Amino acid sequence: MDIWHAVKQARLTLFCLCSLLILTFVYSLSTGILPVSFGAIARTVIGQGTEAERLILVDLRLPRMMLALLIGAGLAVSGTLLQGMSRNALADPGILGINAGAGLFVVLTLFFFRSATHQLPVLPFVAFFGATLVAWTIYRLAGKAVQPGRLLLVGVGINALCGALLIIFQLKMDPRDFQQATVWLTGSIWQADWSSVLTLAPWIICLVPLAFLDSRSLNLLQLSGSLPQTLGLQVERTRKRILLIAAALAGSCVAAGGGISFIGLLAPHIARRLVGPNHFSLIPVAALVGSLLVLLADLIGKNLLAPADIPVGIVIAILGAPYFIVLLFRK
Amino acid sequence: MTTSVRPRSILTIFFLTVGLLTVLSALSLFYGAVPISRATVLASFHAFDAGNLQHQLVQEVRFPRLICAGLVGIALALSGTMMQGLTRNALADPSLLGITHGAGLGVALSLAFVSEHSFVTSLAFSFGGAALGTAVILLITVFARGRFSPVTLTVAGAALSALFSALSTGITLFHQVAQDLSFWYAGGLSGAKWAHVFVLLPVVLLGLLISLHIARSMTVLSLGEDVATGLGSSLTKVRLLGFCSIVLLAGVAVSVAGVIGFVGLIIPHISRFLVGTNYYLLLPVSALFGMTLLIASDLLARMINPPFETPLGAVTALVGVPYFLYLARRKELSV
Repeated sequence: MDIWHAVKQARLTLFCLCSLLILTFVYSLSTGILPVSFGAIARTVIGQGTEAERLILVDLRLPRMMLALLIGAGLAVSGTLLQGMSRNALADPGILGINAGAGLFVVLTLFFFRSATHQLPVLPFVAFFGATLVAWTIYRLAGKAVQPGRLLLVGVGINALCGALLIIFQLKMDPRDFQQATVWLTGSIWQADWSSVLTLAPWIICLVPLAFLDSRSLNLLQLSGSLPQTLGLQVERTRKRILLIAAALAGSCVAAGGGISFIGLLAPHIARRLVGPNHFSLIPVAALVGSLLVLLADLIGKNLLAPADIPVGIVIAILGAPYFIVLLFRK
Repeated sequence: MTTSVRPRSILTIFFLTVGLLTVLSALSLFYGAVPISRATVLASFHAFDAGNLQHQLVQEVRFPRLICAGLVGIALALSGTMMQGLTRNALADPSLLGITHGAGLGVALSLAFVSEHSFVTSLAFSFGGAALGTAVILLITVFARGRFSPVTLTVAGAALSALFSALSTGITLFHQVAQDLSFWYAGGLSGAKWAHVFVLLPVVLLGLLISLHIARSMTVLSLGEDVATGLGSSLTKVRLLGFCSIVLLAGVAVSVAGVIGFVGLIIPHISRFLVGTNYYLLLPVSALFGMTLLIASDLLARMINPPFETPLGAVTALVGVPYFLYLARRKELSV
């Protein structure tokens, strides 16, 4: 009932977002240092393209954009879950320090086990561990009946702590590893290849539907006082489960694309404006908006100062931070 | 304007701190990567021999470093005290509210665009950046006018820091000087020389004088803005002068020592707890404590993993974050 109602309500939005996503996707495929015409893209799709076109499109650009889609969706859903479970409209895995925790553990792994591990599917697990550790710490420190600001404040502290530990290890790396780690930490997808897409994809494909299944609980959690309990919801257990899913999403995205902040903040906000607060429609719309945002940021990042690439995380932070401050004013 | 501790106890604490400061200073002179005997260190002061390498080391490396640590500590503690007083926010600190990262943006610009990079250019740019950061955060405070709780302002500061550091990382990655920036960000005094002391000393003195000049108004301000206006303080003048002293103090500290967080957060708290909100007393006490804390942190940074130095900013963060988290859970956050 809820689901069909929500889908009916949101179908126009979903349709528009999907078409916009496809348009951006194709346009982004055609731009870059070596422009590829739309005709060439079509030829490559049906298997008639030249070897060079195939290399540029399939081996270089496609994985990068697939990664953008996956990361955008993952972080957006993670942010939606965090905002829903904490009833705090400003929660975001980046601001709460969850990304930093995941990043710290990935850098630690790279630091101690060097090379080889870079592409390994073990990284999402390490990142997941770090993300969960931070999420658990925040949950314990911020307590249950806590005013929204305190949660963010604890996040600021955790971010500072992880930042301090990160810098200690980063400075011990040799310059080339360092440059790589910095680019990665600021949120970059330019070295994407199919193996990193394949590493991330199962996480997103499993976790996003899992989050969607919790929509009903999330809707109930928005009710005030003891109403959720009265309606038969095991509040603490549900919140913990949702937090775990959010941490897993954020962690796996960080492992693949580094710390991209503010997507988990922006996407749910835009989505809520489009379809309202019902999580059955909010989660899918937020996922699409997140994908679209990262794709657009990537498009801007690779074309603005071409041939240089601006990491996508930086583009999003420059757009997202002022928006965040405006949100603070409006609250 | 409650004084939490009686005057006699204040004197005791003062002498204890001075004693601790002396011990720490002596330790930083005696301890180092190169072992030098105590007699030699002392001899370098009263019978300096320019041909003696160990004397040179003490006089040209360890001693200026100690002075720099002390001055940077004073600057950070004072800017934190002024910041908390002006925004009436117990969570204010140059590193939390985006001022430090503003200065970082300035340094990033100077690393990227000034071909002959020197201490003076980085100083000028970091002043500019600190001024930008302070101006933005004070504008936010003024615009929000009471709607912003200390918590909200600190969160806004975090977003501002994120914005500044995204811009600086973007600029430095583009110009391939990212690691230079990171070394600077990490904060440290390993390169401190007499030249730095000669820049730090006048600026810190100027900042201290400006702060003392408006000390009376700051004390009144701690009773509330309405009371302050009612008692004849010009808020605009106090804000403007306070702004100048914060920019001077935070800017010079950042340009010499990089991003060193949480000193400006912790010290004003301890000092206010001990001497209350009389700024004529609060400012010198903060300066003394700041000096002690930074010298201790610098010593720690050298001792954790010798002969390598642990970044100073990381040391203060490891000390400061638990305290910050404790504050984050506390109820009352107005000064």
